[in-house]
Amino acid sequence: MTKIDDAPSTTGGRPRVGLFVTCLVDLFRPGVGFAAVKLLEDAGCSVEVPEAQVCCGQPAYNSGDQGAARRIAKQVIEAFQGFDYVVGPSGSCMATVRKEYPAMFDGDVTWHARAVALAERSYELMSFLTDVMGMSAVTASFHGTATYHDSCSGLRTLGIKAQPRTLLATVEGLTLTELQDAETCCGFGGTFCVKYPEVSVRMVSDKVANIEMTAADTVLGGDLGCLMNIAGRLKRLGKPVRVYHAAEVLAGMAGPAGIGDPEKG
Amino acid sequence: MLVNGKDFSSRASKAPADAGLQQQVSNLKTGFVAARARAVAALPEYEAMRDAGAAIKDHTLANLDFYLERFERAVVDRGGHVHWAADAEEACRIVREICTRTGARTVTKGKSMVSEEIGLNEALEADGLDVVETDAGEYIVQLAKEAPSHIVMPTVHKTTNEISDLFFEHHRRHGFSERVTDAAELIAQVRSVMREKYFSADIGITGANFLVAETGSNIIVTNEGNGDLTCTLARVHIVTAGIEKVVPTLNDASVLLRLLARSALGIETTSYTTLSTGPRRPGDADGPEEYHVVLVDNGRTKMLSGAFRPMLRCIRCGACMNHCPVYLAVGGHTYASVYPGPMGAVLTPMIARHEAANELPHACTLNGRCQQVCPVKIPLPDLLRRLRHEQWEDGFIKGRSRWGLGVWSWLATRPALYRVATRLGVQVLRWLGRSRGRIGHLPLAGEWTAGRDLPAPQGTTFHAAWAKRKRQP
Ligand code: SF4
Repeated sequence: MTKIDDAPSTTGGRPRVGLFVTCLVDLFRPGVGFAAVKLLEDAGCSVEVPEAQVCCGQPAYNSGDQGAARRIAKQVIEAFQGFDYVVGPSGSCMATVRKEYPAMFDGDVTWHARAVALAERSYELMSFLTDVMGMSAVTASFHGTATYHDSCSGLRTLGIKAQPRTLLATVEGLTLTELQDAETCCGFGGTFCVKYPEVSVRMVSDKVANIEMTAADTVLGGDLGCLMNIAGRLKRLGKPVRVYHAAEVLAGMAGPAGIGDPEKG
Repeated sequence: MLVNGKDFSSRASKAPADAGLQQQVSNLKTGFVAARARAVAALPEYEAMRDAGAAIKDHTLANLDFYLERFERAVVDRGGHVHWAADAEEACRIVREICTRTGARTVTKGKSMVSEEIGLNEALEADGLDVVETDAGEYIVQLAKEAPSHIVMPTVHKTTNEISDLFFEHHRRHGFSERVTDAAELIAQVRSVMREKYFSADIGITGANFLVAETGSNIIVTNEGNGDLTCTLARVHIVTAGIEKVVPTLNDASVLLRLLARSALGIETTSYTTLSTGPRRPGDADGPEEYHVVLVDNGRTKMLSGAFRPMLRCIRCGACMNHCPVYLAVGGHTYASVYPGPMGAVLTPMIARHEAANELPHACTLNGRCQQVCPVKIPLPDLLRRLRHEQWEDGFIKGRSRWGLGVWSWLATRPALYRVATRLGVQVLRWLGRSRGRIGHLPLAGEWTAGRDLPAPQGTTFHAAWAKRKRQP
């Protein structure tokens, strides 16, 4: 058995959580990162943000460039060594860490063991809060009727379905309504949305039509990629529906401007 | 095999605007997806059955040589013949030789994906044979000189009106001079035309849903009964099947048959399940004089030995395409392959090894729904990713996506540089989005902004804001 030097550094007390920011959150919506920090701290964690992280490597991995994906994964594994948990506000990125990292290092004993060790303590934010930290309610308010889009990787790879709904149900003033075909892909799919723009737009248009059918004024989700895709189409069509990452609402940090809305809206 | 995946992009870009096509494929969504969900929900042991189905196929594939030989022996013991075809060309040659030797002129054909794969109809027609498809859907696409657009419902892209026009045009010589639009009347016409064909056929060709090693039987399922008539009424019955179709026993086949009917149409069992085992024996009331099975390899052995082996579990139920949002947006013809949708995106490049099929593995969002519904749990997204990886290694992926990703990956492993570059980029985007919060047109991102706005960044990166927060506690 290889020695794993990536084991948790502390036991007892407040769990040390390394926040995996995700590149889209870093670049487009840092507010989601701060919302994640608040939720994690509310749940009793101490949160740190390793500087050596950039991206989980999924774009390279899914495009076939496994060499680059492995280089990026190694950097992530090293950056997060020593944390009790690694948590990110994205089902898709965390599915990559949990499921694909070990697969990437098949046949490389040392790195495989390190990848497995990281995978085992990595979680998507909402599943971490509920499944690991036992959080069942938040103290936040948000006024409106929201519907929730289940992003594919989180849903099918990590089994995230009830967790965000459980927490959202405790947000004061928020009414949740279910979306028809909530589990159908919105057409984002990483580079798919730019490789097949017409097909992608067709798919997101179906999603938008279903959103309109709910008469909800807000759409929530757990993955910024999908949310930017959905918001982008809603805004192009001039629809007044607001779009937020669920973490923003749960942290009470949803602010006036939804994704794609002007700041002083 | 007809493969022209080269123009996938251009066909895919037009398909969403094709209202007729969209109407037709949306029937799949509402009809079969819902029916499957009901059938699955009604069967508590469904998950266990899936595991059993995958295990049966895995066991067989791990011992494929053994079961194929056993199957061959069983067929020969019952007076039939088994032929081995390495590729499409050889398979066609074998069938043509049987036709020539038996002096055949007319051929009836039950539905067979492998015969589409090997291009059998064209080969036989080139020999001057009269070939008629007996499955109503296959018959319709044959009249229209089109390829099937779905492996279970070949005509899902066609409207009743189009079918009515086709019949009006072609059935006059069979005595139907009126144009009919009623579905039942259209089916009645097919039955009537087909009846003559069954009785005059010299050769009946069918595919195989399963080949049973234990008994040497070929099993086909249909909902029209055309399969039985095709294999019993002609003088000679030829089965064309991929080598992966063999299963050890009748019991194994029954598990897979239950999975197949539920996954394909959401029904418990198909209307007709026909087993044919060898030619007519003395005293039999009917059945062919000769019975041949052509076992087609065509790239399958290669798959057997590598990471793509799970693909050979496929029982051709079509559930993956019915649940694939891309298939449902573009329709089956966009793939220009006998096997469309997720299973086709894996199988076609494996079988055809044709440069033309190389785009298919990319036409997928990796949303994973296909794997979720696949009755034999084929990890389709993983296999698609693996194909992309092989293409990357082989240098098939070129141009913008290669260097774009290269730059991204290079930056992604240099966090300090990345932070500087992205902070700048974010500021530019922020400025472009200005007060609107979104960008309607972005040079270099035309593919994104063609039908969507790009939400503008909030203004600073998370890492910059975090560093600032740490500095001023
Ligand atoms: S891959 Fe699975 S779901 Fe698709 S046709 Fe084959 S058996 Fe059915």
